Parts: sequence; structure tokens; C-alpha cells
Amino acid sequence: MQAAPNPAFRPLTEVSTWQRLRAAMRRFRTVSPLGTVALIAWILLFVIAIGAPILAPYPPNEADYGAVRQGPSAAHLLGTDNLGRDILSRIIHGARITLLVSVTSVFLGDAIGFVWGVISGFLGRRFDLFSQRVIDILMSFPSLILALMLLVVLGAGIETVIVAIASTQIPAATRITRSVVLSVREAMYVEAARSIGVNNLRLMVRHVAPQVAAPILVVATLHLGGAIFAESALSFLGLGIPPPAPSWGNMLGGVTAAAFKPPWWLVVFPGLAITLTIMAANLFGDALRDFLDPKLRQRID
Amino acid sequence: MRQYILQRLLIAIPTVFGVTVLIFLAMRVIPGDPLQTIYTEATGAYILSEEELAEVRASLGLDKPLWQQYLSWMGQVFRGEMGYSFWTKDPISQMILRRGPISAQIAIFAVVLSWLFGVPIGLLSAWFRNSWADQISRAGITIFLAVPSFWLGLLIILFTVLVLTWRPPLTIIQFWEDPGANFAIVALPSITLGLGLGAATARMARSAALEALFDDYVRTARAKGLGNSLIIWRHVFKNAMLPVITSTGLALGGLLGGTVSVEKAFAVPGLGSLMVQGMQERDWMMIQNLVLVYGLIYVFVNLLVDLSYGILDPRIRYS
Repeated sequence: MQAAPNPAFRPLTEVSTWQRLRAAMRRFRTVSPLGTVALIAWILLFVIAIGAPILAPYPPNEADYGAVRQGPSAAHLLGTDNLGRDILSRIIHGARITLLVSVTSVFLGDAIGFVWGVISGFLGRRFDLFSQRVIDILMSFPSLILALMLLVVLGAGIETVIVAIASTQIPAATRITRSVVLSVREAMYVEAARSIGVNNLRLMVRHVAPQVAAPILVVATLHLGGAIFAESALSFLGLGIPPPAPSWGNMLGGVTAAAFKPPWWLVVFPGLAITLTIMAANLFGDALRDFLDPKLRQRID
Repeated sequence: MRQYILQRLLIAIPTVFGVTVLIFLAMRVIPGDPLQTIYTEATGAYILSEEELAEVRASLGLDKPLWQQYLSWMGQVFRGEMGYSFWTKDPISQMILRRGPISAQIAIFAVVLSWLFGVPIGLLSAWFRNSWADQISRAGITIFLAVPSFWLGLLIILFTVLVLTWRPPLTIIQFWEDPGANFAIVALPSITLGLGLGAATARMARSAALEALFDDYVRTARAKGLGNSLIIWRHVFKNAMLPVITSTGLALGGLLGGTVSVEKAFAVPGLGSLMVQGMQERDWMMIQNLVLVYGLIYVFVNLLVDLSYGILDPRIRYS
């Protein structure tokens, strides 16, 4: 009996992108079970966010003054808050805000940092010198403080929170991209391409940028946890997503104002949601880093 | 060594200049006239006529061109004055001096705690790698890296209030006024921040120690018959400290930001809560100076980290 042909032994042209992706997924699953669990948790979170209106037992902002500050019960599995709103429903709807803000801001910030880093590292000289000083300045602010300052300037709102968090990701993304570009720039194949008359733009787009794709993907994944933390911290401080939107940070921010004796379910559940999401993001990021390029570890840490 | 220090200082100067310009410009592009918003928003009592508005603006120097405003702000900062709060009319420099020590204490204690926890745990975890103790400590590190500091703070408050029926006092008591009461205010926020920071430290210490453990000099040390404790402290510990210091330096930005939210969680009247208050009240003179203070501290500490790096590792000084 002949064994099924192993796709790895066929010429690369015969293997579709889909097959390669599936093979990579299989490898990821065996190499990093923990990372796979984290990935599944994130996919689950996406499903919850998309299906929020169906999954949530109550509308997230529906106040029920007959059931204020009730502990967990059959009617309200995770209890109700000061306005009688169902905590479980608010957490389910909050997943939408968390995902929207974290994914968009990381994408925006790291994309800008990526482009900036490629240009800065590749062109070098004066542009590089100048832009490195700008990065220095941006890096001189603790990121939460920078985000807070930007929010004062831009005003509160979901878009401004995204922009503010994205801005805090730019410096690190630029630095890492640049450091990879600096080493790739000197590679023989870049030299060869240049010698047959390829111009700078094409060199950057076709020959240099693809080499940085893996590192920036890892950086972006590792930034996710930070972005989720930033959103919840800003909302907790009352300067992020404006209430009554059911952001997890907002739900915690309301508690401190409320009381000297906070009901435990108001504190425990939203925070648990934040923690688990950040943990999943961190674990997946670590696993992806080890999977794509173990050597990256030093550069990114 | 002196040249190295001078070089670092010279690099820091344009950065600090850029920081001040960025803060200044940011505060000036706030949509709408900040004074207009302040004096017409919310309470009707504060609506001013055009003339009154112009008068207030002149009294704050806002009618001058931007570069003059910038220079006068810098002049103030160098003289140690920082203008007055819009609302309370208190001098901002005094508010910072009064609230600053509490925040500084929290941050410093947190760093000290993180080292007391983090470094030994990281080293032992590397030494006994893949043992059950290592597994537990790594799980703990993963958890504490993910727990948001302000939530940990809320949980601790919940515990002290519900179980111990005790709550730290909510005022400002400086260390030199009453050390015991001061400690009661500062202890819990420091522990909260220290745990998260300690997890980052432990993680870095573990990976740095793992790397050092397999280096040639450790093998040599073992070959010449050194005992385990000497190998750990003389060779592994020393070499693992460099990355740990850098990681603490890098984490400091998070720590400074963290003090803001943890101060809110514990209702500690420190610099962070002053800033949040300033932002809610759009007291931009206060925001401008507080952001500057945070930025300067961050730049200064990073400079210290850089310098300590130069002292600990001579290779860096000369490269």
C-alpha cells in the first residue's frame, strides 16, 4: 500500500497557499498547545462579539430599577449594577468594544510604524536621523500619559481612543522594523537587485518590506494585550470610551465612585474578562514569536 | 566614563526640548478656545462676555504669539513656578510638591518589591527549570503579567473592606508627618503595582539566567569546583542583572502610567489623581505641567538606566 504523498515533498508550485497555511497551522498546534488554546479563546471572543445581540440575555443599557445591585441569580447570572443593568449582557457587549479598539488601534499603530520604520531604515541619512529623534520624543512619554494627553486634545470617544492607543504603539513598531531593515538592507540580494537598476521604492516594497513582515506580525500580536489594557485603563479613569457604552473598563470605573463597600460581582466579573483576554493575547503572541522566529525573542524583549 | 555620561546627557537635551514643544503645541490645538469651553461649559455662572474673556486671556498671557507663550512657560518652569490652577487658583508647583512624594513613594516601593519578589523567583525558576516549582512560578508570571493593576487594586480593596473591614485613610499624610499612617496609605498601592512589575522582572530574570547558565564561564566555574551558591551569585546573578535593569527601566513607563490608575482605584490623592482631575476639569495649565513632570521623570530615569548599564558592562561604554 502506498502512503499518501506528503505535501512537503512536492514542488512548491504545486502546493496552494491554503495547503501551506493548513500545514503551518498543524505545526503550530503540535509545537505550541498553549498558544493554540489562546488562539481558540480569541476566536471564541470574536464569535461572542459578533453574536452579542443574540447571546446576551438583556440589552446592555437596559436599566431595571426593580433589580438594582442584585447578586448573581438565575435571572441575572452575574448580577446587576447600580442601575439594574445585567452584568453578563454588558460583558458580552463589551467584547465588541474591546476587540474593535484593540485590533484597530494595533493595526493602525503598527502599520504606521512599519511603513515609517522601513522608510527610515532603508533611506537612512538625514531622514533617519530626524525621524529617530521624533521617535525618541514620543518614547519619552509613559504610554498611558501620552494617550491621556492625546485624549484631552482629541476629546473622548471610541475613534479618539483608537487613535490615542495607536499613537503609543508607533514608536516601538518603528524601532523594531528599522532594526530589521538595517540588517536586511545590506543583504546580497538587495545589492543584486539594485545593481540591475531596481529603484528605491520597488526595493523597499518588494525586497525589504517582506522580510520585516514576520517580526511586525509578532510585535502586533504582542501589542494586543497592551492595547486592551490601555483601553480598559483609560475607560476606568473615565477618560476613554464615554458611558453608558458597556466597555469593561467603564464597568470597573463606575464601582469606585459608587462606594466604600463595593458589591463583589461588580468588581470581579468585568476584571476577569479583561484579564483573560489579555492573557490569551499574551500567550498567543509569545507562541507566535517562538513559532515564526525564535531569534526574534531578544530583539523584541 | 565621564565622556560616556556627557554623551548621554547631550543626547537627552534635544529630546527634552522636543518633549516640551510637543506638550505645548498639544495643549494649544485643543479644539475650540480652552478658556471659552471652561468658562461657558457646564455651570452658567461662569459665562463671560467678550471683554472679560479677553481680559482673562491677557492675564494668562494667551494673547501673545505662540513662541512668546512658550518662552514664558519655559521661564516659569526654570524658576520652579508653574502657574495656577484654573479652578482653585492654587499654585501648581505647590500642588505637585504636596502630592508628588506619595506617588514617588508608591513607584519606588513598587520597584523595590518587584526586585525582592522577581529576581529570586526568576533565578530559582531558571536553576530548577522544568520542575514543578518552575511551572508554578511561570504560571504565576503569566497571570500577573495579564492582570490589570487597577483591577488588582480593586480586588485588594474589596478584600480589605469586606474581610478585614479596614480601609486605608484617604488623605495626604507625608512620611515625615506620621510614618505609620503614611505607610498605611502607600503599602497596598505599592504591592498592587509591585506584583505586576515583579512578574515582568521575574520573567526577564529567568530568561537572562537561563542564558547565563549555559555560558562558558559557568561551565568553567563549575569545572574548577565552585559551589552552586557561588556560581549563582557570582556568575549567573551578575550577568542576569543587566537585562533585568533594562526591563525595569522599560517597565517604568508602564509603572508611571500604572500609578495613575492605581491611585484612582485606591483613591490615593497623588499626582496621578491630580492629573485625572485636571483632565476632567480641562485645567490645561495643570495638565501641561503634570505631563511635563511625568515626561521629565521618565527621561531622567531612562538616563540613569543607560548610565548604570555603562557602569555594569564596560563593553557598552566603549562601543
